[in-house]
Amino acid sequence: MLIFSVFKTLTDQTVSVELKNDLSITGTLKSVDQFLNIRLDNIKVLDEGRHPHMMAVKNCFIRGSVVRYVQLPAEHVDTQLLEDATRRETAATKR
Amino acid sequence: MDASHSGIQEPFDLIRLSLSERVFVKLRGDRELTGVLHAYDGHMNLILSDVEETIMIVDHVDGAPEGHATVNVAKRKMEMLFVRGDGVILVSPPSRT
Repeated sequence: MLIFSVFKTLTDQTVSVELKNDLSITGTLKSVDQFLNIRLDNIKVLDEGRHPHMMAVKNCFIRGSVVRYVQLPAEHVDTQLLEDATRRETAATKR
Repeated sequence: MDASHSGIQEPFDLIRLSLSERVFVKLRGDRELTGVLHAYDGHMNLILSDVEETIMIVDHVDGAPEGHATVNVAKRKMEMLFVRGDGVILVSPPSRT
């Protein structure tokens, strides 16, 4: 739930999603759900030559389970807030 | 079971005490990360900053004897990274020296 909230605060920001098949897609984060499925607009594929079938794709829905990494815009992430929220969430689930 | 003085009762406590510290993460696919841990959840989804990723690429040369594969190492840095928990093998706290 915590990480879901983080992604929600990052909607309309530019992120880079790296998939487990090594495909990297950069785009505007339009929405995210509890499974961390991700919708991206205005996408750009890294190394387009190797993935020519992606050239015509302008927006996409990515199933959460195929994601390896998401590179986030550091200036829009409050790390102190994250750490406090993580401590609070672990404390809450223990009760 | 009185482990309250150490603050460690369950495995996740080890990760909790590593918040805002530099951790080592081993991932599936011969990948390793070091970075400062800012958030995690029960799936071991992580958010790290100032990340260095190391990818081990093992080349098995045809005809070379067993155990003589060459290992190429690729490194790259990322400022702020979300890591999906299903790829995580282990998280190690910083060495307190």
